[in-house]
Amino acid sequence: MRDASGPAVEAAGLVKHFTSGKKTTKAVDGVDLSIPAGTVFGLLGPNGAGKTTVVRMLATLLRPDAGTARVLGHDVVQDADAVRGAVGLTGQYASVDEDLTGTENLLMLARLYGFRGTAARTRVSELLEAFSLTDAGSRQVKTYSGGMRRRIDLAASLVLSPRVLFLDEPTTGLDPRSRNQVWDIVRVLVDDGATVLLTTQYLEEADQLADRIAVIDHGRLIAEGTSSELKRSVGQGAVDLRLADASRRGEAADVVQRVLGTEPTLPTDPYALSARVPDDGAHLVAQVLPALGEAGIAVPEFSLGQPSLDEVFLTLTGQPLPDEQGSEEPAPAPEVSR
Amino acid sequence: MSAVDISTTTLRDAVALETRPTRPSAVSTSLTFAWRALLKIKHVPEQLFDVLVSPVIFTLMFTYLFGGALAGSTDAYIQFLLPGILVQTIIIVTVYTGYTLNTDITKGVFDRFRSLPIWRPAPIVGALLGDTVRYTIASIMCIGLGLLIGFRPDGGVLGVVGGVALLLVFAFALSWIFTILGLLLRTPNAVMGVSMMVLMPLTFASNIFVDPSTMPSGLQAFVDINPVSHLVTAVRGLMGGVADTGDVVTVLISAVVMTAVFAPITMYLYRTRH
Repeated sequence: MRDASGPAVEAAGLVKHFTSGKKTTKAVDGVDLSIPAGTVFGLLGPNGAGKTTVVRMLATLLRPDAGTARVLGHDVVQDADAVRGAVGLTGQYASVDEDLTGTENLLMLARLYGFRGTAARTRVSELLEAFSLTDAGSRQVKTYSGGMRRRIDLAASLVLSPRVLFLDEPTTGLDPRSRNQVWDIVRVLVDDGATVLLTTQYLEEADQLADRIAVIDHGRLIAEGTSSELKRSVGQGAVDLRLADASRRGEAADVVQRVLGTEPTLPTDPYALSARVPDDGAHLVAQVLPALGEAGIAVPEFSLGQPSLDEVFLTLTGQPLPDEQGSEEPAPAPEVSR
Repeated sequence: MSAVDISTTTLRDAVALETRPTRPSAVSTSLTFAWRALLKIKHVPEQLFDVLVSPVIFTLMFTYLFGGALAGSTDAYIQFLLPGILVQTIIIVTVYTGYTLNTDITKGVFDRFRSLPIWRPAPIVGALLGDTVRYTIASIMCIGLGLLIGFRPDGGVLGVVGGVALLLVFAFALSWIFTILGLLLRTPNAVMGVSMMVLMPLTFASNIFVDPSTMPSGLQAFVDINPVSHLVTAVRGLMGGVADTGDVVTVLISAVVMTAVFAPITMYLYRTRH
């Protein structure tokens, strides 16, 4: 049983391979995790990095090829049933039935969890109410908007009020308002003592919600720490400029480098220029424009960007984030339920 | 509609669940899944189209096109044909079991079920139970139409009900083949295509439409070992009031064997599927 002081989720040396034809891919290649109870842990990485595979192993949907994992002290292989009774799972691949109504979906789950008769109905109306879906309850889920859809998915994983919740890319594809709603929901759950493992492609999301963040790439954790620790490693973000005169970009680059002390990058757009703000260099940013003005270089557009996942990757791996096509190795298969 | 606010208080209340229910039994869990299958029929009635229309088309077409030529009169042929058409109809409908299962997998609904602390075979057993309702509707359609156009079973109500019951048992057992295909193949349409390729020879190379005595000997040998032929003979016997215990027992044994072989394979695939 659970050691009260132990972590809610722990994994050691998790490995998962996928074989398609003759090619074997290590989707997850030795992942260690330790998530203290009552905290939010963000697993941050691009498409195909192995995030979903990690979650599926922890949720007992996939058997690890090597390594062990325990959720609330229950082994995910030996004691899978106990794990299933303790966790909730929301993600693209753990969904509700689109043909049924919201009420029917929740009623089915409530009954499967053991609520009977009126107890099941009461539980369903509580959940519909809590997720602002009471009016939509009698409609088929396929008529729901993206935000409603995500809320019914969340409600479905909370029927039994699990102490551990796995959220696999809970806000991918949502508009900002719905995304904020999901964030609010997660905060309430954690306030209430739940432990949340969240996967995301967005640094901002991990930053907003997670106590600790691990960056995953090619099935390995390449960095772990609090959001501020990670950001410190990345720097303060980047300055993006757009010049009036493309022929003066070289000069502008020299000025920027003198002020910030970092080497600017020159995008394919001949008018554009961007440079990373060095660690503890936030105060230098304000000097960039005056310095360019002194040199007589007109800058019609100027912006200061927060560090992005792209920059985290650039810093941690020395390589930019793989583009969509490259990241899908070996095809989307490992992330999909095949 | 998306401009709604989540009330923190109601959410907090909903999350603070005071009494945890005890785990439901395997039977109750399976029945919940059967209930889901019935809800699907309610919400997607189009799925009954095949069940309702194909027996009508097949019965009318074969009776009036071939009845006179094959049996001397349409009236004589319908007595022979109807139990066979009934078997064919139900067997073709079993394909939907694999199709729906695969649709669930593709849409992620199955992973939700697999992540629940429930009796593992329940989603599949429940779906199969729900399907028997579909088979029953198809049987009623088929027999009702038959009665309208001259089918007069000598076995009476008891014989007809017995024939349908035997058929349902066989269909339940046969469905496990399609659950395997549903778990193995990538898309619902692939499941449909492959299943039809399995079913075509099973239904046409049988004694459904004609007496096999006019077939070449190689084909006759196949027809003789084809479990569908035994099923048709048994159902004809029951409905005609001349049931042969041997045939009925053969069908029951083949149903047990199919379940014993294919259900564990299905469950193995279900558990290990990624």
